[in-house]
Amino acid sequence: MEFVVLVKQVPDLAEELVIDATGRDIDREWMTWVASEWDEYALEEALHLRDAVGGRVTCLALDTGSVDELLATCLARGADRAVKVGSFERPPTTHTAARAFAEALGTVPHDLVLTGVQAIDDLDGQLAPLLAGLRDLPHVSVVTHIAIGEDGGTATVNQEYAGGVVAEFAVDLPAVLGVQASREAPRYAPVSRVRQMMREPMDAIDAPAGDDGGLVVEALSVPEAGGAAEMIGGSADQVAERIAAILAERGIGKVVAA
Amino acid sequence: MKELPVVKVDRVIELEHAVVDGIDISGGWNRMFSQRSITEYPTEAMDWVTGLVGGESLRACYQCGKCVPVCPVNHVGDYGPRKLNNKVLRGNRLLDDPDLWLCTTCGACYRVCPKEVNPLDFMPAIREQAVLEGKVPDELAEAFQNLGRTGNPMGESPRKRIDWVAEAGVDVPVIGQLGRPVDVLWYVSDYTSYHPRGKDAARAMARVLTTLGVDFAILGPEERSDGDSARLAGESGLFEMLAEQNIKAFGKYEFGRLVVMDPHAYNAFKNHYPRLGWQGEVLHYTQFLAPLVDRFVWRSNVDLEVTYHDPCYLGRNNGEYDAPRILLEAIPGIRLVEMPHTKRNGYCCGGGGGGMWLDGFVADHVSERLSERRVREAVATVGTDGTGVLSVACPYEPSRFEDAVKSTGNDGRIVVRDIIELIDQAMQPPPS
Repeated sequence: MEFVVLVKQVPDLAEELVIDATGRDIDREWMTWVASEWDEYALEEALHLRDAVGGRVTCLALDTGSVDELLATCLARGADRAVKVGSFERPPTTHTAARAFAEALGTVPHDLVLTGVQAIDDLDGQLAPLLAGLRDLPHVSVVTHIAIGEDGGTATVNQEYAGGVVAEFAVDLPAVLGVQASREAPRYAPVSRVRQMMREPMDAIDAPAGDDGGLVVEALSVPEAGGAAEMIGGSADQVAERIAAILAERGIGKVVAA
Repeated sequence: MKELPVVKVDRVIELEHAVVDGIDISGGWNRMFSQRSITEYPTEAMDWVTGLVGGESLRACYQCGKCVPVCPVNHVGDYGPRKLNNKVLRGNRLLDDPDLWLCTTCGACYRVCPKEVNPLDFMPAIREQAVLEGKVPDELAEAFQNLGRTGNPMGESPRKRIDWVAEAGVDVPVIGQLGRPVDVLWYVSDYTSYHPRGKDAARAMARVLTTLGVDFAILGPEERSDGDSARLAGESGLFEMLAEQNIKAFGKYEFGRLVVMDPHAYNAFKNHYPRLGWQGEVLHYTQFLAPLVDRFVWRSNVDLEVTYHDPCYLGRNNGEYDAPRILLEAIPGIRLVEMPHTKRNGYCCGGGGGGMWLDGFVADHVSERLSERRVREAVATVGTDGTGVLSVACPYEPSRFEDAVKSTGNDGRIVVRDIIELIDQAMQPPPS
């Protein structure tokens, strides 16, 4: 079975984000990049599914100039193939990304396409549905607990709702999934293996890079700080007393005799 | 006698025939020279371990057990270096065994081992295989990931590595901005740069270096973790990557010597960076300051009873016991009292070899933290009325020991201070 995982990089929040002179983007001078957390969940799920039913995991990333390490990390975690798609000066909008991935899937075999349901730089969750629309494939988003049916022609997935309600969907393959969480924390990629993979040549596929609509950012601003935090000082006993007082004040827990 | 043939058994040289004063005292053939029951065990796991670079010495263990009473982890749990050999002999490669992560690589067992079985070599070798198989405790994996991403185990911004400078009260030059060679490149290290208590030592050091007129600078945001604890925890690739980044930074600037706050950095730069292409003079800060002790101008009396905790990677594993004590004894008012576990027999704080990032994992397998045991020993030595000090010379320790002071109920009976903090205190005018 052919599993395809779409991965991308997002700014590492270890650095504080600074808005650039245009006021519409973040300053990239000191920025470092990390794999998008939800894409890591998608890869982790794909690796588990491949190990369960057999097949191959192929990772695709839009080539924004710095994705070699991202793809090498996917290979170090156990992906079978990594492919750079197109060529982009900076991370494109979700619409452009969907168009490029749709083009790439014309030549990359796929039974199940998985990607993170969202990323910290696009909380719109549109990549999976847009791509499914362009490729005319069924799609489910915000999924967990992915399993391949015994016939190999369907997958079942869960969506979690408020109040502890879980819906189970069956979806015909090939399909596109927006992954919310993986069954296990994404596995650690040993640095020596990542570095070894960096030395391997990587495949590349052409894809259109033109602007394909989507949202336009008009202005970025930093949220205003809310109320101040209270720093509790003093001895351990004084700190404990103050915490107990705060909890009692707010009606959290109950006071028992000392 | 010299012409007689010798039989070489490891490093013990025995004469095949020895005649002393006409009496033949040659040993007869005995069981020592025949197959012993030990070889009835399967050898696959041992062959696998000794086939790893660094794993070779584990086979030499003959189960004498000298390592057990000196192993700090043995004091708090069902663990001992001897047992590792036994487990491997029984076919356990340790990859799924919690024992793999309990060793702090403190080196206490190696010091007493008649067969020179060395966990500082075989532990990283086996751990590396576990890391490659993805068998890493989650909290350790997180520290590895942070080190890879940001160059420090907390995952803090590399730019914030110099934030502590703002409150030092003295100018701390960054070598990249200085544009000239310096005598001392001061490697500040991770916990000294980022940890709230570690930063106190950094500021004290900056003030002391300035007062002494030392020509120094720091790397600032270019500095990365030395990587030594990641190496000992089995992530050799990560160690090499961090070392390459540091070596690249060292190579950009001219400096006379490297002075480090962290014994783990000292160990890395002195013993492991040379094979990766960097060689130079490295001094722990106590080694740099001890010869200058006559130049210190003391302005305060520090009336305290102080004991000193030898860091494993300054003391036992690198042989420096004197420099920290020269400094402590020079501080006016300080009375130095040794703990029972001291110098070569120093007791590990539990932070080495990755232990710093395995606190939760280790807690499931031990009755108390090594830092808690050590604090009890310090309290028994100097902690009675709150004037007792547990002094340290490693950035891992202020936070470890201060937590342990609280968790053992000794708050108010003893305080933890880096030696540089005590020096700084004595060089300041007395508080009015």
